[in-house]
Amino acid sequence: MERIPILKMNEFLLVSIQVDMHDRLAMTLQDDLTDRIVRDRARGVLIDISSLEIVDSFIGRMIGNIAAMSRVLDAETVVVGMRPAVAITLVELGLALPGVRTSLNVDKGMELLRSSLARGGNGHRDAGR
Amino acid sequence: MAIRGRSRLSDVVSKHEAAILTDWIKEQLAAVKAADRIGEAELRTECARFLTLLKVALRSDGSHDVSSAAWSETRELLGELSRSRARAGYSPSETAAFVLSLKRPLFDRLRGEIGGDADALADEVWQTTLVLDRLALFTTEVHQKSRDEIIHRQQQDMLELSTPVVQLWESILALPLIGTLDSARTQVVMESLLQRIVETGASIAIIDITGVPTVDTLVAQHLLKTVAAARLMGADCIISGIRPQIAQTIVHLGVELSSVITKATLADAFVIALQRTGATIGRATKA
Repeated sequence: MERIPILKMNEFLLVSIQVDMHDRLAMTLQDDLTDRIVRDRARGVLIDISSLEIVDSFIGRMIGNIAAMSRVLDAETVVVGMRPAVAITLVELGLALPGVRTSLNVDKGMELLRSSLARGGNGHRDAGR
Repeated sequence: MAIRGRSRLSDVVSKHEAAILTDWIKEQLAAVKAADRIGEAELRTECARFLTLLKVALRSDGSHDVSSAAWSETRELLGELSRSRARAGYSPSETAAFVLSLKRPLFDRLRGEIGGDADALADEVWQTTLVLDRLALFTTEVHQKSRDEIIHRQQQDMLELSTPVVQLWESILALPLIGTLDSARTQVVMESLLQRIVETGASIAIIDITGVPTVDTLVAQHLLKTVAAARLMGADCIISGIRPQIAQTIVHLGVELSSVITKATLADAFVIALQRTGATIGRATKA
């Protein structure tokens, strides 16, 4: 069965979505990732969706769910590399994913994970101001 | 009149072509004052071409149905002429006058030919009027259409011109919005902003709404959508340039802007953005 690989990098987990997400794949990823966070005692998860070209409301919600689940398991989640078209689609679908931290690319995502870990972690995204 | 299967107009045109042409041009130069915009020589060529085509079309088609195939070349010439005149800023009536001013020379010749027979003359005049009116209407239509095209193109240009995304500093973008925000413009704004975020790797975007005359719930909605989309890509947005009246409107409308950083001026927003990216600005002390 098709699976999305999850790579371990020190205390972080790396997920790079390189194929078109379909519903079952997303469900499998959700199972695998939560398992791995617990097993590897990961402190941060980085999900790279720069190759993802098509999203629907289900996949959008799955991304939000995966981020929320990781946070419950005390792993900060950053979604990186979202394409403009995908971002517009999600916003039009009403899925602004308020709980998800985002970054432009993997570099910046890693930086964000490290700095939030250094600050002692489960800090929610500051709302600005 | 015994032998009159079809209109005698074509015979008249063939017979008096040169004279009609001269009269026609005189008519136009007097009526439209076209001389200052279009050279007499050019006008003469256009008129001569039109008369030739008209002659051919009249001869090959007795029904005077200007939308038929026999008139296609005439229509083409008129279309070309109307388009170029529309671009040159002629009014629709000035464009139609090109065809309509042909009436008098033609009627004069017709009267000269069949002046004795009032019935036949009236008949011919009616036929001629019919053809020329249709052709004149055709020029008006083409004129209108090409004006519409020009307007449409200008709208497109405005749309692109009015949404520049400028880079203020490394990883800081600014988007000065000028003019009313509607759905179509928001789409363009959003797309160009997100595209530039990808290109420059910017982490902060300042949306300046100093030039937006009114902010209603729809505009606020559009702004928030743009902010949300930029955030999904990993860039924070600051909205700046909020004028006092607009702040009042936003609160009265109950628009929730608390999830976005808002600043009164672009300068304030820029300072915040610099701080966020770890840069500081200060006056250099004199040694």
